[in-house]
Amino acid sequence: MHVQVDLDLCQGHGVCESEAPAVFELGKNASVTVLQPDPPEALRTAVEAAVRFCPTSALRINEEE
Amino acid sequence: MSTAVEQRQPPRVSGGTGDNGHLDELRVDPITLLNRVRSECGDVGIFRLADRDVVLLSGADANEFFFRAPEEILDQAEAYPFMTPVFGEGVVFDAPPERRREMLHNQALRDKFMRGHAATIADEVESMVAGWDEEGEIDLLDWFAELTIYTSSACLIGKRFRSELDKRFAELYHDLEQGTDAIAYVDPYAPIESFRRRDAARVGLVKLVEGIMERRAAGAPSTDDERDLLDVLMSIKNEDGSDRFSADEITGMFISMMFAGHHTTSGTAAWTLIELLRNQDELAAVDHELAELYAGGTEVSYQALREMPRLESAIKEALRLHPPLILLLRVAKEDLEFGGFSIRAGQMVGASPSVSNRIAEDFPDADTFQPARYLDPREEDRSNPWTWIPFGAGRHRCVGAAFAMMQLKAIFSVLLLDWEFELSQPSDTYRNDHSKMVVQLQQPCAVRYRRRAVPLSAGTTGGAG
Repeated sequence: MHVQVDLDLCQGHGVCESEAPAVFELGKNASVTVLQPDPPEALRTAVEAAVRFCPTSALRINEEE
Repeated sequence: MSTAVEQRQPPRVSGGTGDNGHLDELRVDPITLLNRVRSECGDVGIFRLADRDVVLLSGADANEFFFRAPEEILDQAEAYPFMTPVFGEGVVFDAPPERRREMLHNQALRDKFMRGHAATIADEVESMVAGWDEEGEIDLLDWFAELTIYTSSACLIGKRFRSELDKRFAELYHDLEQGTDAIAYVDPYAPIESFRRRDAARVGLVKLVEGIMERRAAGAPSTDDERDLLDVLMSIKNEDGSDRFSADEITGMFISMMFAGHHTTSGTAAWTLIELLRNQDELAAVDHELAELYAGGTEVSYQALREMPRLESAIKEALRLHPPLILLLRVAKEDLEFGGFSIRAGQMVGASPSVSNRIAEDFPDADTFQPARYLDPREEDRSNPWTWIPFGAGRHRCVGAAFAMMQLKAIFSVLLLDWEFELSQPSDTYRNDHSKMVVQLQQPCAVRYRRRAVPLSAGTTGGAG
């Protein structure tokens, strides 16, 4: 799975960081940095929660890549 | 693809033949005007606001174009002249997206502060209902407007400041909100009664804040636990030792901090209650959900941050049908093109939650209250990110949306666990007053309350009624 962020939408709420800290980090400018764009399957539940609970729907999982 | 040569002017909506174009209609019946733009013109149409064109966009593609556009192209700062006299000169309406992110990151709205806020809000509701009799009647506008003055001041400025406020602050604040007549697009200082009251209210608020500041300066300093934003602002000095911020400036900052979350949350709380009372099956489902969640005696501060699908869906549906902001505006800073139509620099560009939230293709039975549309698998909010827009979308999406949801969940947890409600008026007499840019419930808007014989948390959804 491949994680995509739409930076036009990200407002830096930090919900993804709480759900999957190994994958997402809030940078100094307060928009998100993806630490692992292609996280291992073991993190799928956490990443899916991050996508689902993002308040601005800025995250997507792309299964193709 | 269109080229510059093929671009056409967007169509113009009917009406608006007077000197001020559609301004008078906007001041009386804005929803009809905004819907007519879509029905006559489609996704892109023009109405006239005093001496300016407003290009009104609607539908998913046009809204995405609107909400993704950066500040340099669609500017928000110039679009709301009616806010300047409310906040005071020099206090900006809104910060650029980068600054908003920083504020969110560093301050009160961040995820990690939410639990403390939920406890604060529950306490504020408890202290307001402590003044209730066993049964009685409240005016929804007055009651929720006062409550949300206390919750927003406590959460955003501090509990000590909140404890120094009373009903007078809420009443003056209401006069400010009422001073947002669209005639401000012609003259923000026009000699009309609502603007006189607005200006008097701002003076009154500065006096209240000045009094609080004087008492603090004369009394014992705040303890570390009490220290709030007002203490911080009062402690900042110029090089010569004088105060950096006057009472007027501090009041302006507080008014602007509280503004976005006040009438919006207050109105949404009222409409959620009205719609639940109009739709008793939905109310029963929400009561049942709360009864189960709180059966173990858990705290509101804990539950309000967790999922409450039925209550959240009812709130979302109240927001969709009765969005607190009906028209979002920007000013085009350069010539643009959308869908083969030209938008010229200097024209205003708008998107309307009232129109988009009821597009029938995206929201089946768009005019009916159906919280089930948010449940799995329909999820009509998530599947329509550019037309389900009670909070806006994109760069300027409401940064307080998560806070607002939590706040509403906390408010209804406290209210519905111990109290039952009933409409006092015929159902169709509850409506919004659209004569001002800040939409509020039209009075009278009363409901009756009665203490439950058995609280919901005691494990039964029963009770009279």
